[in-house]
Formats: sequence, structure tokens, C-alpha cells
Amino acid sequence: MNWALPKRRAAAPPSNGHIIQMRAIRKVYDTGKIQVEALRGIDFEVCRGEFVAVVGPSGSGKSTLLNLLGCLDTPSGGDYLLGGEPVAGLDKDRLADVRNRRVGFVFQNFNLLPQLTALENVEMPMLFGGIGRKERRRRAVEGLEKVGLGDRIDHRPTELSGGQMQRVAIARALAMEPDILLADEPTGNLDTSSGTDVLSLLEELWNQGSTLIVVTHDTAMARRANRVIEIRDGLVVDDQRTSTARDSAASSDGTAN
Amino acid sequence: MTGFGSFFMQLVRDVWTQKLRTFLTAFGIVWGTVAVSLLLAFGQGLYIHQTRSFAGLGDRIVIAWPSRTSLPFEGLGKGRRIRLDESDIDFLRAQVPAIKAISSEYAEGLQVRFGDRTRSVDISGVTPVFGVMRNLIPTEGGRFINPVDMDQRRRVVFVGNEIAEDLFGESDPVGQTLFIHGSPFQVVGVLLAKDQDSSYSGRDHSMMFIPGSTYRALTGQRYINLFIFKAATPDLNAALTRDVTAALGGRKRFDPTDTQAVQVWDTTEMFVFFDAFMLGFNVFLGLMGVLTLVVGGIGVSNIMNVVVEERTREIGIKMALGARSRVILSQFMLETMVLTGVGGAIGLAISYGLVAIFPHFGLSEFLGNPVLEPQTAFLTAGLLGVVGFLAGFFPARDAAGLDPVTAMKA
Repeated sequence: MNWALPKRRAAAPPSNGHIIQMRAIRKVYDTGKIQVEALRGIDFEVCRGEFVAVVGPSGSGKSTLLNLLGCLDTPSGGDYLLGGEPVAGLDKDRLADVRNRRVGFVFQNFNLLPQLTALENVEMPMLFGGIGRKERRRRAVEGLEKVGLGDRIDHRPTELSGGQMQRVAIARALAMEPDILLADEPTGNLDTSSGTDVLSLLEELWNQGSTLIVVTHDTAMARRANRVIEIRDGLVVDDQRTSTARDSAASSDGTAN
Repeated sequence: MTGFGSFFMQLVRDVWTQKLRTFLTAFGIVWGTVAVSLLLAFGQGLYIHQTRSFAGLGDRIVIAWPSRTSLPFEGLGKGRRIRLDESDIDFLRAQVPAIKAISSEYAEGLQVRFGDRTRSVDISGVTPVFGVMRNLIPTEGGRFINPVDMDQRRRVVFVGNEIAEDLFGESDPVGQTLFIHGSPFQVVGVLLAKDQDSSYSGRDHSMMFIPGSTYRALTGQRYINLFIFKAATPDLNAALTRDVTAALGGRKRFDPTDTQAVQVWDTTEMFVFFDAFMLGFNVFLGLMGVLTLVVGGIGVSNIMNVVVEERTREIGIKMALGARSRVILSQFMLETMVLTGVGGAIGLAISYGLVAIFPHFGLSEFLGNPVLEPQTAFLTAGLLGVVGFLAGFFPARDAAGLDPVTAMKA
């Protein structure tokens, strides 16, 4: 009985630095009577080391976009290359592997498993990734320490504050060392000070070289990103770089205009 | 094997933290298993009890009483009394080859004394084969009347278990001497307690049996009160009964079709009736069992359905974290198997427990003791387990087939 998955890493992203390329991505929700076109042809690329904030009013399609980016949902049309590889047409198991190794996802409502401790929640993706028990534990402890929860590893989600739960979720998202971290309103369910903590953590991760795409209403979050994409009615209406990506501006102190 | 230990730990944790869910799932299986097992166990117990009670009268014997003729025959009027003695029994034994066993019986209530206790007891004078035919089995250390007792007209007695207890109390009756009709008799055996729900001259547990030869010498009685016989197989008893009547008619000069001259009670008829009754009863019980199983199965599958629905979000989260559907399903199936296994085991344990303590409730005399047949019990538990498993498997497979986003919104 082999419960573990094969220990195989997806191919490295191509050298042009485009970690994400989307071409004419559409998403139609068919509710039977009516069809709702949530995304009507999205084109954009994300480079390694970018911190992208996706903004827009409710119902604009930004969460749908993020779900498609994270392979949690399948597009109705268009091409999506993740690390240079087409995602469309991958079978369920390959898609599961992509979710496991390539992307880390942070949800607004945390989505921690309530019956598991913080440590076990962080171990979960590594379990699916076929990483051995000792290594799993070591990396989970390390990850929780990195988000400042080294003293909470045996707590269950119900014993943690919202900010702490979101930090556990971030540690979980990073556990498999993904190419990109996706976050859907990560501060949406948090009070201001917890939200600030989570925001600082995300910024710190960016400074350490992570690639981030964050859907947000939070203007503070949008201000810290190096690039803001605005979505309206299922289309990209604005795409502005306010500063450069981190790996190409490694010497910068991050305050550049 | 990397993940198996973790899966198992997680399973234990899931089961522990979701106590209510676990309880409900297991309870459905426990309940169904207990209900069906006990239903069938009581049916089986009743059948065995009734069969054994019938057998208490004898092993499918025919009982015959010499009586009065009801038809005129060769110039002789009706209402003539027919009397039989030992020579008539010898005649039948010699002339009717279909007889497998036959024994005369002399019977009368006589005074019995042991020490200072005196009782009026039904005393039967019988032959050694009578014991076998009537299922009179001695307790350990005792015996029934044997051929030597008959030949030598020994004063030996085989006593019923209740009259033995009444007279001898705690002490072992075998070897003791009691007085019947003023003569000393040695006790050679005590009846092993048996179920008996029908009789023709009192229950065996309150009777005493002595050799027929001794009986005749003791009382001076010449004619037998009755005789019992049987054919090689129960289905031949009816034909044999006609042969016996005809043979006696020739010898005693009564109409061979006169069923009143020698009245008979073929106990096989009782078995035939009872077997038919039990067949119907078992069909009924089986039907009830199946219905109970169906109801139990629906209950279990309902619970599993709810469980999966409740866990669809969890399945979605795991998929979002990169779990393949096979992994999610394996985990779910393992959990379901453990739950249904535990439920089945508890159900079996409760059933066996109830069956074990039932004899202490004092209802055994009427209902018999339930008998749980392992194959029935395990089949029940197994079926419910499979139902629960399938009921959990299909919704879980559906959930694992969704896009993670859809599953997480559930």
C-alpha cells in the first residue's frame, strides 16, 4: 500500500521569468437558466519576485481569477501557463500535483482543519507531497517559527486568534516551497492590528524573494504591492507597476516609489 | 508507507474529535446488527426449545392404548374390551417386521417411602428400550433399566429428577434404597432434566420407572396399560400403525380398520405440524430480519451521506492543498471501514451479551434460550458494514470529483 505520492518535482519555470501567463481567460458560470460570465478575457503575466495586488469591486471576478490561478477551478476558455507549462488539459492528478507543489493558497476564512493542531495543518500539504514524517515535522516547525507561532504548534485552530490562524494558513501555504503564493482577501476576516501583522508578514516574505498575488479590498495592502491590477466586470481595466519586482531590485530597500 | 501512519493518526483524531458523528455512524450499525441478530437468535432458540420439548415425550414414537371395539366383527358385538398382555407385544415384535422398537408399559400410582418421607408416585413398569424411545437419559453415574433387571425381576428403580430431589434432597439418590408398595427398591439412575411440554400420564420428572417383570410380580397386574412403538423412520409410522392395528385385529378378533379398539397417538404428526409451523415462522422472521436490515441499512447510509456532506468542505480543502482524489478516498474508506468494523463488533458483542444473560430472566421455559449462529451474526454485521461503506464511498467519490472551489463552498 503506497499512500505517498511520487517524489517528483515539476519542471523549473523557464528562464524568461514569467511565472504566470494568462491569455484570453474566460470563466462562465452556468446556473442552468442564466449564464454568468465572471471573466471575459483576461490577459496578463506575472514575473518572479512580484507582489501583485488584485483590486476591484465585489463581483468583479477577482476571486474567480485567483481560483483559476491556483488551479482550484477550471477556466471556460483561454490559455494558462504556469511556470511555462500549460495547465489546461492536465488530468486531475496532475492538477493536484500542481496545487501541491507550484502554488500556495491563503484563504479569507483560513480553511484550517479544525480537528488538527497547527503543526498538523502545516504538515498536511507535505503529507500529500509524499515528504517523510521527520522531514515533514521539521519543516512544519520551522515554518511555524518563521510566522512567529513557534510556541503554538500544538494548538488547535479554535485555540488561536484570527491573526494566528491566518499565519498558520500562510505557513501551510509555504510548506511545499511553492513558486507562487496566492492569497484571497487574507486580511478580510481580521481586525486592523491582526491585519497589519499579516500584511507585514506577507511583505517580509516578498522581501525574501517570494512571488505574491493578493486579492484585496485593503488599500494598505495595495499600497505595499509593487503592482496593482484592477479588475472590473471580468476584465483587466488597469495594471500599474508602482515599484520593481524584488529579485530584480534586490538592493533596493523596498521604499522606492 | 510514508503516509500511512499519519493517515491512521489523523483517523484516530478525526474519530475522537467528531464524537457525535462517530457515535451516530457506529450506532446505526450497532443497532441494526443487534436487532437482526437477536431476532434470528430468538427464532432459532424457540425452534430448538420447541423441538426439544416435543422430544421430551419421546423420539417420534407412536403411543397405543388397548381400548374397546367400535365396530362389530365376525358376530362379535361392538364395545368389547380389548386387553393385551406381554405375549401380545412379543407377537407384534415377531409378526410386524416394520417395528423398529416396541415396549409395553404398566402404570399405576403407588405409595413410595424413603426414610420418613412418603409420596404417591406414578410408577411405570417398562422395558430397557423404553428409556431410549422416550428419551429418558440418566444423569452421570446412573443408568436406565437393563435386560438383566428384566430377566431377574430386580427391584431397581429409575427416578424422575424432581421426585428424586423431593425425596433425597442434596444427597445422591443412586445406590439408595426406597420402598415402593412396601418393597425395597434400589435406585439405579436419575433422569437428566429435560424439556417436556406434553405427556400422557404425568411429566417424567415426577415419575419412577421399574422393570415391567418386577412390576407384574409386585402388583399382580397382568394386562398392559399401553405400549409404545416406532418405525425405522418417522414417515413410516402411519403405515406401521395400520399394520399393528391389523395384526392385533387378527389376533384379538376385531375389525382391522377399527381405530378405536386400540387407540393411537402418533407423535410424529405433532412434529409434522410443528415443522410446518416453524417453516412459516422462520419465513416471517427472515422477512422481518431483511426488513430490519433494510431499515438499518438506510439509517447507516443516511448517516454516511450526512457525514460526507459535512466533510465535503474538508475534502475541498485537502484537494486545494494538493491531495489527489485517491488519497482522499483512501482516507475516507479507511475511516469508514474502521467505523463500521467497530460498530459491527460492538453490535455483535451486545448481541452475544444479551443472548448470554437471557437465561437469567426466567423466560426460558416459554421462549427457550436464544441461539446466535455466528454466520448469521457476522453476515448481518458484514452486510451493514458494506452498506455503510458504499453509502459513504459514493458521495465521497463525488465530492472528490468536484473542483476544489466547489467542494469548499459546500
